[in-house]
Amino acid sequence: MNTIRLVHDDLRPPGPAPRRHLISIADLTRDDVQRLLGTARTFESALDREVKKLPTLKGRLVVNLFYESSTRTSSSFELAAKRLSADTLTLKAAGSSVDKGESLKDTALTLGAYDPDVIVIRHPQIGAPQLVARVTEAHIVNAGDGKNQHPTQALLDVYTIQQQLGRLEGLHVAIVGDVLHSRVARSLLQAFALVGVHCKLVGPPALLPRGMNAEMTTDIGAIRDADVVYVLRMQQERMQAGANYVPSLREYAARWGITPERLRPGQKVMHPGPMNRGVEIDPRVADSVDALVERQVRSGLVVRMAVLYDVLTGGPVGVRALAAAEVA
Amino acid sequence: MLYIKDRPGEDVVIRGAHVLDPTEGIDATLDVRIDAGTIAAIGEGLDTNEHRVVDGAGFVLTPAFIDPHVHLRTPGREDEETIASGTAAAAAGGYCAILAMPNTDPVVDSAATLGALVEIAGREAEISVGFLAAITRGQRGEELTEMAELADAGAVAFSDDGVPVVSAGLMRRALQYSSISGRKLALHCEERSLSRDGQVHEGSVAAELGFTGYPSVGESVMVERDLALAAYEGQPLHLLHLSAAESVTALRRARAAGVAATAEVTPHHLVLTDEAIRSLDANLKMNPPLRSAEDRAALIEALKDGSIECIATDHAPHALHEKDVPFEAAPFGVTGLETAFAVLNTHLVRPGVLTLATVIERMTAGPARVFGLDRPRVAVGARANLALLDLEHEWEVDAQSFRSRSRNSWLLGELLTGAVAMTIAGGAVAFER
Repeated sequence: MNTIRLVHDDLRPPGPAPRRHLISIADLTRDDVQRLLGTARTFESALDREVKKLPTLKGRLVVNLFYESSTRTSSSFELAAKRLSADTLTLKAAGSSVDKGESLKDTALTLGAYDPDVIVIRHPQIGAPQLVARVTEAHIVNAGDGKNQHPTQALLDVYTIQQQLGRLEGLHVAIVGDVLHSRVARSLLQAFALVGVHCKLVGPPALLPRGMNAEMTTDIGAIRDADVVYVLRMQQERMQAGANYVPSLREYAARWGITPERLRPGQKVMHPGPMNRGVEIDPRVADSVDALVERQVRSGLVVRMAVLYDVLTGGPVGVRALAAAEVA
Repeated sequence: MLYIKDRPGEDVVIRGAHVLDPTEGIDATLDVRIDAGTIAAIGEGLDTNEHRVVDGAGFVLTPAFIDPHVHLRTPGREDEETIASGTAAAAAGGYCAILAMPNTDPVVDSAATLGALVEIAGREAEISVGFLAAITRGQRGEELTEMAELADAGAVAFSDDGVPVVSAGLMRRALQYSSISGRKLALHCEERSLSRDGQVHEGSVAAELGFTGYPSVGESVMVERDLALAAYEGQPLHLLHLSAAESVTALRRARAAGVAATAEVTPHHLVLTDEAIRSLDANLKMNPPLRSAEDRAALIEALKDGSIECIATDHAPHALHEKDVPFEAAPFGVTGLETAFAVLNTHLVRPGVLTLATVIERMTAGPARVFGLDRPRVAVGARANLALLDLEHEWEVDAQSFRSRSRNSWLLGELLTGAVAMTIAGGAVAFER
């Protein structure tokens, strides 16, 4: 049997280069991140024009496959694809064959039959993007899989920090709250490590994952020396009744909520949204000039444009994209 | 207690194999003659008579293996495995006997259900098969099964494998009553309030990937509870598929204090750690989960010194479509009958971690001792239950080659060294490559 395989392999023509996906920050190098941030900056400058649409991905099909509710991620992916002139098709689990019990594999195969160039997938289970990558020919962009990864969120956050603070290397960020259930925190930790941002995790004991390779503390005072305080949402939908991660949201807010009193003047505050005002973030903080939440949303659009462009073209934004921008 | 389809004993001479039976103290190149299924002579230059002659030169001849922990999915999920396919798979793995777990649909919790299985096994089983019956009705953990009647109907032992017996009080009653049935309890130790919906071992890999963790202590606190109850009641018990170093520590302590506790470990827990799940291959999802390198080392050490007496595959077939889903949606369990010896040889014997003699002992005499079964042995007068092993043969694990009806092996595409060349079970050739 081994012999047959070897002959078969030898005779097979060289296959196409592996498809580019964005499934996990762990798959990226520092150079990849820098290239994506650079591409995002280019697109951001293009968005200052009166006509914001670029013909870059004209004729391409981007499918958004969302198995979890999402406002900002799904809308920003859809708009990112449209700004680049791609055709888009958005499928939400509710109201589709998924309601009739169709498996992820079969849904992916069905969509794959339309030859999409990119499938953007959000799914409540870890490993869903890998499965779709295995059964379709599309480039896969992970828009969140369970508690594992949310790579575009991490990239847009890094982009936002770089734009707002002017640098990345050597900055300190404190991530506060429900780290255990947070795919954002997992992607951010890896992204920060790549770009030289120091990071610590702050939260209640049961919401700091045991064995996480990171500096962790339950002391909210530890946010004082951070340049940026990154506030995670208390994911109530993932907190089963009686799980007792924290005794109550009231006690959580009192102990770990981000209030103006706990912040130094000028300390920046970020949140991936949607916010629970009065729980993890005081409304006065959420509405302050130091809160970068809307900046994050704006960054989300250009970073996702950069990601779609990058997985499809496989290179830095260069002459081609700029030329395309000129045409527009 | 063991059932096999009726076959005439065969006349075979195996010539010039290296015969290894650690318990009998045989470790030499010899001929073995089998007359009508019974070992008639062991020696040099034996007469072949009219017997079939098998050239064993370059091979090792050992007692055939016993797997005390197999899921045959019958009744209820015959699409995943049947007694015929499961025993054929076992024969290909060098086994002469396997024990089937009762977590079928319906659960084996009555003499009628057990009787039907015994009847099928008598028609279909390629090698000997024994059946465990449930400890509690429907494995619901509420009422004891009629253990004495089930023992009379052929149950080898009792287990709620797949789920723990949650109530300590009920576990105590089961231990008390097991003295009447004369059969051991084989326990799946898991404290569900700690394991919860844990998918993988709680450790750095789970933290990084975002999986809900099933901590080691979720197993070991239940091991400690059941050992304490067994000590109090003075009853033996068997611990299924141990995975955690803390459980091994508890087992050692109980054995040293005189508790008649035995335990088993799977090939995957002996060979892999939770690092493997980074691939997100659903065929690496099993309960208990793969744990840390320290846990793996503790299991190997316990197997080596005999604290863990047997190797069990926990062969758990699943339909293709059930495993072809994201890791988190997949059911727990992997197959193992057809790869167990080869994977142990490749990853433990060849690198010098365990001797071949230790592995053979833990796959033959160990499980026989634990469950009170006849020990397969290379001895004159014994029924021929033999495995002829080619320790050097290199092969790639291929989904198409399985005799099992399922293919959820964690070894697909892996290269292994060492293969079963022939299995003789119950006096007849049950498999040859």
